Amino acid sequence: MNQYPLWKYLLIFVTLALGLVYTLPNFYGESPAVQVLPLRANLKADTALLQRVENALKAASLSPQATTLDATSVKARFNDTDSQLKAKDILQAQLGEDYVVALNLLPRSPQWLTDINALPMYLGLDLRGGVHFLLQIDMKAALDKALESASSDMRSTLREQNIAYSGVSREGKQVTVKFRDAEARSKGEDELKQRFSGLSFSERDEGGEYLLLTTLKPEEEKRIQEAAVQQNLVTLRNRVNELGVAEPVIQQQGADRIVVQLPGVQDTARAKDILGRTATLEVRLVDDQVSMGAAAPFGTEMFKDRDGFALLVKKSVLLTGERIDDAQPGFDSSSNEPAVHINLDSIGARKFKEATRENVGKRMAIILFEKGKGEVITAPVIREEIGGGRVQISGQMSTEEAKDVSLLLRAGALAAPMEIVEERTVGPSLGADNITRGFHSTQIGFTAIAIFMIVYYLMFGGISVLALGANLLLLVALLSMLQATLTLPGMAGIALTLGMAIDSNVLINERIREELRNGITPQAAIHAGYDQAFRTILDSNITTLIAGIALFMFGSGPIRGFAVVLCLGILTSMFSSVLVSRALVNLIYGRKPRLTKVSIG
Amino acid sequence: MEFFRIKHDIPFMSYGRYTTAISLVTFLLAVFFLATRGLNLGVDFTGGSVMEFHYAQPADLNQVRGQLAGIGLKDAQAQNFGSSRDVLIQVPLKQNTSGAKLSEQVLDTLRQHDASVEMRRVEFVGPQVGKELVENGAMALLLVSLGIAGYLWLRFEWKFGVAAIIANLHDVVIILGFFSFFQWEFSLSVLAAVLAVLGYSVNESVVVFDRIRENFRKMRKAEVAEIIDNAITRTMSRTIITHGCTQMMVTAMLLLGGETLHYFALALTIGILFSIYSSVLVASPILMLLGVTREDFIKPEKTAEQALP
Repeated sequence: MNQYPLWKYLLIFVTLALGLVYTLPNFYGESPAVQVLPLRANLKADTALLQRVENALKAASLSPQATTLDATSVKARFNDTDSQLKAKDILQAQLGEDYVVALNLLPRSPQWLTDINALPMYLGLDLRGGVHFLLQIDMKAALDKALESASSDMRSTLREQNIAYSGVSREGKQVTVKFRDAEARSKGEDELKQRFSGLSFSERDEGGEYLLLTTLKPEEEKRIQEAAVQQNLVTLRNRVNELGVAEPVIQQQGADRIVVQLPGVQDTARAKDILGRTATLEVRLVDDQVSMGAAAPFGTEMFKDRDGFALLVKKSVLLTGERIDDAQPGFDSSSNEPAVHINLDSIGARKFKEATRENVGKRMAIILFEKGKGEVITAPVIREEIGGGRVQISGQMSTEEAKDVSLLLRAGALAAPMEIVEERTVGPSLGADNITRGFHSTQIGFTAIAIFMIVYYLMFGGISVLALGANLLLLVALLSMLQATLTLPGMAGIALTLGMAIDSNVLINERIREELRNGITPQAAIHAGYDQAFRTILDSNITTLIAGIALFMFGSGPIRGFAVVLCLGILTSMFSSVLVSRALVNLIYGRKPRLTKVSIG
Repeated sequence: MEFFRIKHDIPFMSYGRYTTAISLVTFLLAVFFLATRGLNLGVDFTGGSVMEFHYAQPADLNQVRGQLAGIGLKDAQAQNFGSSRDVLIQVPLKQNTSGAKLSEQVLDTLRQHDASVEMRRVEFVGPQVGKELVENGAMALLLVSLGIAGYLWLRFEWKFGVAAIIANLHDVVIILGFFSFFQWEFSLSVLAAVLAVLGYSVNESVVVFDRIRENFRKMRKAEVAEIIDNAITRTMSRTIITHGCTQMMVTAMLLLGGETLHYFALALTIGILFSIYSSVLVASPILMLLGVTREDFIKPEKTAEQALP
C-alpha cells in the first residue's frame, strides 16, 4: 500500500540527479582570470583575438589554465593572482586602448558543466566585494533644458518669419509668448504649431496683451524623460567600460534612477570620478589640404576616428556639444539612406549656418572629448549651407552605425545631471568573511538539527535529515540555475528555510506517531500520517510564500536576495519533505506487507 | 524518544483570561516603549553614512573621534564593531555635504594617522531613498497581513483569518517593542526578519487551526473549548520540536553569523519564541471570542445534501 509507481521514483531520482549536477559547479571554486573585451563596434571577440591573446601570453611565458572565447570576450584563467596581474599588464600593453582588459574570477568547473550552463551561484556584492551606486537623474533639469531651448528656438523662428512679438518668457513648466495684436498671434501660433509638434498651445488675453501659452505635451515630457534615462545609461556604460570591470551591472530602476554595480572595484573614488565626469563634444573643420606628416602642422591637431584612422583637424572650434539639442537616427528623405538627424538650438543654428556657408565642400569633424582625449565620431562633407538648425548626416552609413553615431552624439554628455543617492561598498575581505560566516552557521545549524532528528525519531528522523539534505541540494541547484543573486541575507535565508523546512517532516512524523498510538497498523499509520499532514503543510507553506512574495515586491537590494531564497526554499521544501521523504519511507517499509513495527522512536 | 506524552488535554482555554491579560500587558508595554522611545532606525531608513574600517592593531576610539572632529564631523559616532580592531563610524545626514564624497574624506583622514586602515564597508543612503524604504517596508507589512488574512479566510473562515492576523501582529509589535526597549538598531535586514516572522508564525496558527477544523468534524459532541484544547495539546509536541529546530539554525546564525546577521537573528529569535506563545495562547482565545462554531464548517455539507434531489 505504501508504494509509489515507478515513474514517481524516476521523477524524484532525475530531479535529484539534476540538482546534483547543477550544484556541482559551486564546489570547484574560482580561479583568477583576465577578460579581454573589444571596445569598438567593428572589433569582434573572435578566434583571431583568442590567438593574439594566447600568443601574447606565450611570449611572456605565462601559462593559463585555459583560454576561452565567448560571445563578447576572450577569457584566460590562471593558477594564481600573480600571473593574473602580470597577464593583465601584458595584454593591456599589447592590445592597446581598443580593448578593455579586466580582472575577473572564473569558475574552475570542468568544461562539460559550463556547456550545459551549470554555473556557480551568482554572488552579490556583499559576498564578493564591490561597489553599488544608485543614481538619481534630475528630471526637472532635463525638462528645464528642453523648455529653455524650445523658448529660444521660438524666438528665432518668429524672428525669421518676421512675426512681431514683444517677448518670450519661461516660468516653471510654461513658456509665454507675448504678441501685440491678435493677428500676429494667430500667425505666430500657426507657424509655431508646425515647428514644435511636442508642445501644446493655448491663447489668453491679459491687460491688452495677446498671450500664447505653451507647455510640453505629456507624451513629449515622457519622451524627454525616457530619452534622458537612455542617454545617461549609454554614457555610463561607455564610462564604466573604461574602469575595466568584468561584469558591471548598469540598469534603469524605476522611472528616474540608474543602478550601477561594479563587482570587485575597490577604488570608489576613481569610480565616482569617472561616473560623474562630463564629456564635451566639438565640431571643427578637417584640414585636408595638408598631407599627413609625422607632426601636425601649426593650428591643427591630429585625432583618430573610431576605426583608428588619423585625421588632421583645425584647432578653432565651430560649435560645442551644448548646442546640440537632440540627435536621432533616421533616413534621408530623398535617397532613403540611413542618416543621423541633429537638432541645434538657435545660437548653434546661426553659428552653423555661417560656418557651412563659408566651407561648402569641406569636411567637418565631430569630436568627442573625454578625459582630455578626443575621438572623431564622424567627419561628413558639407554639401551646402545649412540653416534652421536641422542638420542631417548621411552617406555610407548602415542603420546600425547611424544609431551608434546618434547615441554617441547624445551620449557624449549626460542628458541631465545625476546624483548618487545610495552607495554600498563592501571590501573583499569582508565579503570573504561573510561567506565563511554564512557557510559556518548553516553547517552547524544543519548538524545540530540532524543529530536531534535522528535521536528523536530514529529511522524516520534519518529519513527527514536526508530529505532536508535533498532540500538544500535542490535549493542551491535552483539558485545556481536561475543565477539569482545570492546575498548575505540570502545565505541567512537558506539557513532559515532549512530550519523551517524541517517543520513538514516533524508534522508528518508526529502524525504517524499519533496514528500508531491510536492502534492503527504501521502501514496505515504511515499512509494516514502523510495524508493528513499534507494539507497542513500546504497551508502553512502558502502563508509563508505570501510573506516571501511581498518581501520580493517591496524589498530592495539585499532584502530581495532573502525573499528569492525564501520563496524558492518553500517550493523545494515541499518537494523534498513530502515526495523525497515519502519515497525513502516507501523504499524502506513499503514492500513489507506484514510490517509490525517502525523505527520512529 | 518522546518529550510530550500527554494523556489528557490541557485546558488551555480555561486559562484564557490570564493569557489574554499577559498578552495585553506585554503588548501595551511594547506599544508604550515604541511611543516613548521609538525605534533606533538604522541608516537604511534615516539616511546618512555608515563606514566600517579595519585596523591592524586595536584602534583608539578617542583618537578616531578626534580625527573626525578635525574634519568637521562632530556629530559622527565611532564605536567598535565586532572586535577592538574594527571601527564603525556613523555620520547622520547633513544638508550640504554630499554623502558620496564623505567616505573618501574620512578614509583619507584616518589613513594620515594610521596607514594600516582598511575600508571594509561603506553605506550611504540619501534622504529620499530612506523615506522610500520606510514606505515600502510599511507597504510590505500591510500587504503580508492582508494577504495572509485573506488566504486564511478562503481556506478556513474569516474568524480564523482575523484571529491569526491579530496574533501575529501582536508578535510583530512585541519584536518592535524589544528593539525599542533595548534601542537595538533597526535596519533593513531586521525588517526582513520581522516580515519573515509574520509568515512563519502564521504557520504556527495554521497548524493549530487545521486541527481545530479537523476536530470539529471528528469530535461531534465536544464543546468548542474542548475541541480547541485538544487541538493545541495534540500539536504541542510538533510546535516545540519545530521551533526548537528552527531556533537551532537561528542560534547558529546569532553566534556565528557575524555582526551583519546579529540583529537579524535576534529579531527571529524573539519572533520564534513569541509565535509559539501567540499561536497557542492568543490566536485560539480570539477565535473563541469571535464565536467560532461547528456550523462554520459543517454548513457546506448540508447545502450539498439539500442540493440533491
